[in-house]
Amino acid sequence: MSPKMNDSMLDRRDFVLGAGAVAATFLTASALAQEAGQNWEDALKRIVGDARPTEGRVALDMPEIAENGNTVPFTIAVDSPMTEKEFVRAIHVIATANPQPGVATFRFTPQSGKAAVASRMRLARSQDVIGLAELSDGRFLITRRPVKVTIGGCGG
Amino acid sequence: MTRPRIRLPDQAKVGDVIEIKTLISHVMETGQRKEADGRPIPRFIINSFSAKFAGVEVFNAVLHPGISANPYLAFHMRVPGPGEFEFTWADDSGVKVVEKQRLNVV
Repeated sequence: MSPKMNDSMLDRRDFVLGAGAVAATFLTASALAQEAGQNWEDALKRIVGDARPTEGRVALDMPEIAENGNTVPFTIAVDSPMTEKEFVRAIHVIATANPQPGVATFRFTPQSGKAAVASRMRLARSQDVIGLAELSDGRFLITRRPVKVTIGGCGG
Repeated sequence: MTRPRIRLPDQAKVGDVIEIKTLISHVMETGQRKEADGRPIPRFIINSFSAKFAGVEVFNAVLHPGISANPYLAFHMRVPGPGEFEFTWADDSGVKVVEKQRLNVV
């Protein structure tokens, strides 16, 4: 096998991966946007890269049992002074077993005062929900909790 | 999308951290459902929300099909002074709904 052939094959593959990544960034408004069927670990990896999220400090409040998977209330909060020096940049919510795991990305500024959001999500079936916080210093915090769902709510 | 509903405190002081609650009607069609004959119903959701106060964005959200129909969003702001909120929701078809509301700062 000639070294020259090896090199060009590696180059082409790197180029394809690079072009794909650039295209993905251009087309999507959020790192969580995805094609159906993509798994949640990839979505998580795209946000944190090589960083290791620290467990805890993210309070994800959800019912233990959701009667209706179409509308499951949640509140997610991170204790933070929310000053220019130290604030939560974003909170990402991931439903690990939904057909499309990304639920939402919430972005804050020091002006937010509190890194806390409430909304309602769809859960296709019983599963773990992940809350991932991105801090202004580049660190990540993560929490994960199971939710039982009696009637699934993604329509599939 | 119909006229959104906004809940702000009746009044606030500079420095208070207030909660803002918003609700808007939208089917938030996930793209996973099928018609009776098996044809897929295409995805159609509100995909973004932005809140500005006195012209400065304080909060935004990117929404995916995992958010329920009639999206409810509650978030916070530290009151910097008097001003007006401007909330914007945008859906997959490019339609935007903008709602303004003044905050009573005492």
